[in-house]
Amino acid sequence: MYKYDDHDRKIVLERVKQFRGQTERYFSGDLSEEEFLILRLQNGLYVQRLAPMFRVAVPYGMLSSAQVRNLAELSRKYDKGYVHFTTRHNVQFNWPEVKDVPDMLESLAHFEMHATQTSGNCIRNTSTDQFAGVVSEEVTDPRPYCEIIRQWSTFHPEFAYLPRKFKIAVNACPNEDRAAIRVHDIGLQIVKNESGEIGFQVYVGGGLGRTPLIGSLIKEFLPEKDLLTYLEAIVRVYNRYGRRDNKFKARIKILVKALTPEVYAEKVEEEWNHFKDGSSKLTTDEINRIKDFFVPPAYEELDSSSAEFEALLASNEAFANWVKRNTTQHKVTGYSAVTLTLKKAGVPTGNVSDAQLEAIADLADEYSFGEVRVAHDQNVALVDIKKSDLFAIWQKAMELGFATPNLNMLTDMICCPGGDYCALANAKSIPVAEQIQNRFDDLDYLYDLGEIELNISGCMNACGHHHVGDIGVLGVDKKGAEFYQISLGGSSVKSASIGKIIGPSFAQDQVADVVQKILNVYTENRTEGELFINTFRRIGMAPFKERVYAKAN
Amino acid sequence: MQKLIKDGQIIDDSTVVLDSDFEGTLPSGALLVPLSFFKDNKASFENRSNVGVWIDSHEEPEELIEDLEKLPVIAINFPKFGDGRGYSYARLLRDRFNYKGELRAIGDVLQDQLFYMQRCGFNAFAVRADRDINCALTALTTFSSSYQAACDNPDPLFRRRS
Repeated sequence: MYKYDDHDRKIVLERVKQFRGQTERYFSGDLSEEEFLILRLQNGLYVQRLAPMFRVAVPYGMLSSAQVRNLAELSRKYDKGYVHFTTRHNVQFNWPEVKDVPDMLESLAHFEMHATQTSGNCIRNTSTDQFAGVVSEEVTDPRPYCEIIRQWSTFHPEFAYLPRKFKIAVNACPNEDRAAIRVHDIGLQIVKNESGEIGFQVYVGGGLGRTPLIGSLIKEFLPEKDLLTYLEAIVRVYNRYGRRDNKFKARIKILVKALTPEVYAEKVEEEWNHFKDGSSKLTTDEINRIKDFFVPPAYEELDSSSAEFEALLASNEAFANWVKRNTTQHKVTGYSAVTLTLKKAGVPTGNVSDAQLEAIADLADEYSFGEVRVAHDQNVALVDIKKSDLFAIWQKAMELGFATPNLNMLTDMICCPGGDYCALANAKSIPVAEQIQNRFDDLDYLYDLGEIELNISGCMNACGHHHVGDIGVLGVDKKGAEFYQISLGGSSVKSASIGKIIGPSFAQDQVADVVQKILNVYTENRTEGELFINTFRRIGMAPFKERVYAKAN
Repeated sequence: MQKLIKDGQIIDDSTVVLDSDFEGTLPSGALLVPLSFFKDNKASFENRSNVGVWIDSHEEPEELIEDLEKLPVIAINFPKFGDGRGYSYARLLRDRFNYKGELRAIGDVLQDQLFYMQRCGFNAFAVRADRDINCALTALTTFSSSYQAACDNPDPLFRRRS
């Protein structure tokens, strides 16, 4: 993974010093609430309903075991002994004191972490596939490009006060969007051209929130060396012309839609032509320097399987289920990527205790080159596990409560913190997730159902990605009461689509019943092996609507 | 007298900034006139070396291209410090249009924005009158290095790393 040199270290520590000074000026009254707000947001600090919330960046989802231990330590020292994993490679602390945040930042800096631009109207953390580097289908490892973007966007002097937040995602797999790039402000699809050169297809103007839109392709092939200059042109056009009069119309997607993608592309091209061959054009040396930080670890030469492993699979059904559900194929023979599922009934989605973090760090050190990945579905992955170690990992994961074999199943929901924590939420999310987990706890039923994505957001900011779930649940406020609107047919993976609202919203205690009816319509209508999204696209909304709103006999 | 940070020093400044709806006869002394007034009255500035133009965040720096060599000062107004358009305007004036005169930030100009403003090409800062300009001056040295190329350093860090 990327290692700081003296330059990086100095820049991050100078940032900590700057924020320490700003925090002191805030407490002494030299900075107003409004002035401090923007500064603290750009350092990851929100003030939430019950307490401040502090969001730490996990660039492209990678953490070393030492970093994981530091997060555990900070959660003990400054918080209530747990952290929350978000959908965009961030870790959140829910109960820190504002005055302690500079000390937390300084501690993070010593472990090469930061909270820079994890919030505010600036370029946020760049996200990608949690299995980057170990997936055999990827064109090339996307992480070096994410790191190059991270450095370019960090403290970018021109783009700290954009009209609105700005998120970039990178996907490297040709047939599957593993980073939801079409619902990002900029989505980069890594491709190879006919001469075998690496480049990007560039999408702009995707996004969720209250106006969900799928991004438009504005560049068929951007050579890799042109990455930063082209991004600079896109963001400059947005900084100049994005709306600033209405925060709900301020994202780049609104501008792209208003101008049309074609016109936006022309403006970018015109801007870009002025400096595309300037000093910010990447060099082969720089690309290689960054790539050198992401060379594969020292894999052993292994057989694809062993008699012992096969015997365990054959004799232990629970283990076999877990291997089938919670491990992912690895590009190196004899290895597997393991997802530790953090979601089970009774634990708010994405929450992990200090002791669990330390146990994850220990597992990473013992079995996976000391490295941990944070996944966009709010799970944690250990991506370099020898198949011969899977049984041992499974047993330890079970003890820790991380082995619920429900990856990508109905109960592996994406869920925002909701009204229990967030000042923006219209409704609570966590109790709805729990209601669904409790209702659908029969693994045989879940396996029969197959892969299905259920996403819950507590408001239309859509942090729980409800627009792109097969089933989306959105908390809404109805005359002061918490109601839930349900949408069907969203997807961020293949031919991305935004879910359609089924009809009038439901009271909280009805949600699991409604989900059950929707699933019944699906299982009655699906053909052999047909995914929910395909059944929905084939039969349409009508049968679902009819069942859900049918009058009781 | 009002103060200004210019080229890293605090100096006295007697510049009068005329309102966007200014009409009538120009006062004597150093002035910043609004863009629309400047465009309508160019001839009257021919013999004045102490008159510059200010543009607002919704106006376009491209409007000044033909006059850059004659203008001793261009000011960019920040109606609110969170309105970041002025940063792009400054870079365009310096990088693209090669403007060499004074580039001044006016309006809601505060300590915590100065470092980025300087990187984008501003060399003068009319810090909001109710704030301590001596404190603000220290912000210009917040960071000793930066990742990106900008007006203060034509090369990005990746071309300078040893």
